[in-house]
Amino acid sequence: MTIKKTSSTDRVWDFFCSLKLTIFTLLFLAITSIIGTIIQQDGSPEEYIREYGRANYELFKKLQFTDMYHSWWFVGLLGLFSVNLICCSIKNFPRAWKFVVNPMLVAGEGTFKNSTNKAEFVSDESLESLTPRISEALKNSFTKPVLTEADGKLNLFAQKGIYSRFGAYMTHLSILVIMLGAIIGTVWGYKAYVNIVEGTEINQVWPRSGNQPIDLGFSVRCDKFEVEYYPGTQRPKEFRSLLTVTENGKVVIDKQKVIVNKPLSYKGITFYQSSYGPAGNGSFEIEVTDNKGGDKMTVNPIQGQKVPLPNGFSFSVDDFTPSYDSYGPAAKLHVDAPDGKHRTPFVILQKFPQFDVRRGGDFSFALKGYKQPQYTGLQVAKDPGVWVVWFGSFLMVFGSMSAFFFSHRRVWIRLSQENGKTRIQMAASAHRNQPAFALKFEDLKKQIEDTIENKA
Amino acid sequence: MESGQLFNLVTLGYFIAMVLFITYLATRSSKVALAAHLVSLVGVIMHTLAIGMRWYESYQMPGGVGHAPLSNLYESVVFFAWTILVIYLLLDIKYKQRSVGAFVIPFAFFAMTWAQLKLNTSIEPLVPALQSNWLTYHVITCFLGYAAFAVACGVSIMYLIKIGKEEKSDGSPIGGILGIFPSVRILDEINYSAIMIGFPLLTIGIVTGAAWANYAWGTYWSWDPKETWSLIVWFVYAAFLHARFTRGWVGRRAAWLSIIGFAATIFCYLGVNLVLSGLHSYGG
Ligand code: HEM
Repeated sequence: MTIKKTSSTDRVWDFFCSLKLTIFTLLFLAITSIIGTIIQQDGSPEEYIREYGRANYELFKKLQFTDMYHSWWFVGLLGLFSVNLICCSIKNFPRAWKFVVNPMLVAGEGTFKNSTNKAEFVSDESLESLTPRISEALKNSFTKPVLTEADGKLNLFAQKGIYSRFGAYMTHLSILVIMLGAIIGTVWGYKAYVNIVEGTEINQVWPRSGNQPIDLGFSVRCDKFEVEYYPGTQRPKEFRSLLTVTENGKVVIDKQKVIVNKPLSYKGITFYQSSYGPAGNGSFEIEVTDNKGGDKMTVNPIQGQKVPLPNGFSFSVDDFTPSYDSYGPAAKLHVDAPDGKHRTPFVILQKFPQFDVRRGGDFSFALKGYKQPQYTGLQVAKDPGVWVVWFGSFLMVFGSMSAFFFSHRRVWIRLSQENGKTRIQMAASAHRNQPAFALKFEDLKKQIEDTIENKA
Repeated sequence: MESGQLFNLVTLGYFIAMVLFITYLATRSSKVALAAHLVSLVGVIMHTLAIGMRWYESYQMPGGVGHAPLSNLYESVVFFAWTILVIYLLLDIKYKQRSVGAFVIPFAFFAMTWAQLKLNTSIEPLVPALQSNWLTYHVITCFLGYAAFAVACGVSIMYLIKIGKEEKSDGSPIGGILGIFPSVRILDEINYSAIMIGFPLLTIGIVTGAAWANYAWGTYWSWDPKETWSLIVWFVYAAFLHARFTRGWVGRRAAWLSIIGFAATIFCYLGVNLVLSGLHSYGG
């Protein structure tokens, strides 16, 4: 081997192309990624100081361990990774491309002599009558060959699976595509959240980073929110929001059910069911009977609200519990007399509407229901890069499979005339998974041999 | 019969298979090897039935609880044991190295024993986040990948034992139990093949997981500990494969990297739930 003097730019280039750099980067990424799984990410300073002490916290801040996957050094490592990929592909792609533009149609003597997979036959038949039959046999048992005449010899060449030479490049490209998709999503997309109280609508959402709300350009109303439980348990089976989207006063999506794993999308913005909770004061439905006249009325007060009754009386609800021992929902009420006097509070039960009649006051009350309005918590995401990421993922899976499980297989056959006989030489190669190809070649050899008559 | 009893029989079957495989190492009797192989086959068939039965049983329960049995730690460990057997038996078709069973079946046996004795076996309703077909695709691909790595790890341990002895004996043929091990060249090749099978499966597992996260939460990647650890595992095996392309890293170093990779896999699978916390509060 001659030792070539390499310039420093060559050395830099080789460094960025090298597989050593790849392996180093991969392992270094693996090891440093562990940090962020042990140290909580994006916590508050107080939490870190409590857990690790102030000195360590200062150190973490300096090394950006508290948001390490976005730190300059981690992103830099990913950048190095990409540069490595690009350089190695630029360097090696032309070599793979040569197999496409410049296939080895004619094999040299060396190939026929040195291949692991080789065979040779001699026949009395003429070259002209043998060639079409061998060509046909090759076509049937492998694939259609290309014929080339050189130096008075006939050369057949057939190949399969050339795409597998590009599997590695496709895989490498896919990583860049995925990164590109992630960048598109970061630059042109956002992650936000919004809480919508039942019956109300919003047209702004709140980004998770930053505190200016984002205008949607349309409105989303929560018509209804419900939680369904597995029978007899407190485990939620499904929580669902009915959402209506209106734009310029027109309904564009009407009462679509949104549940976890079934989001709503409009104009590239997607709403995901994520949480729920009580919103504001619940209202009671109470039926009041005037015991003197027998008149009935239904009112819907919130807790603490003073409700006027006939003849200067009034009442309000002081307290509520969804389960009063085993009696179910119960409310505590009191009545105010026309002179402003507070009368003794009493309890009414939803399950027993006649219960209060026995108390025998001026009015009797029955609790018909209690409605706690809910808000639905939605994650909101706009990610125009997500399809790029899926395309990249597809390339990665497809590319790594074709790199690992398929190989570029080539077969050469040369027919030459010697002393009135025909000499048939065969050679074949696979660029990966040779043992399996060796079996295939045995079969191929037999097929070819069978077509040759008058073997000498 | 209920699926729980059948799972106990499966565990017993793997125990017998394991003992037979170890007996094979000691006796070198090909009859014992065949018996071990057959018991493993019967075991995996029963295992398949038992998983199907548990699936069916979940639909017989009141309250619309029915779901594929891949939803909590117990079910995943049972499924993991099943995938180990499947990958092992598939590789066995190609390599027919029965002694490998002695180093792979124990993974499945210990997984089943742990699941049957220590984990909560009751069928539980799915929380809303898990009610998705993506769960099925994600779990199946991830675990087939993990199982391939388990086989690679078992073979790598054999490799390290054998190469250590071979080097000490200066090339003279080694007898005893090690004599029946496949040659180091074959062990190295099985290690490589298994990782080549596992790597694309893990890749699909990560992609389906990302697709699901995107569908349920609106982010395909949020660097939560489970996701990050799956990426760590992916990095380790990607490094393994590239180290191999250079031809430098075959043999001992490849075996070690394979064992490290499997340790990371197990941490990704169990350690993250038991030690760290995150979105995948899967079992715990
Ligand atoms: C799914 C992941 C990957 C797969 C399946 C894969 C596959 C391959 C294959 C098959 C080769 C050999 C190419 C050949 O022999 O023609 C290769 C080489 C290489 N890969 Fe990857 N790769 C992956 C990820 C990466 C990553 C993440 C990097 C990061 C920088 C990388 C950098 C390289 C480099 C530098 C080479 C050497 C190219 C050469 O010398 O031909 N690969 N890869």
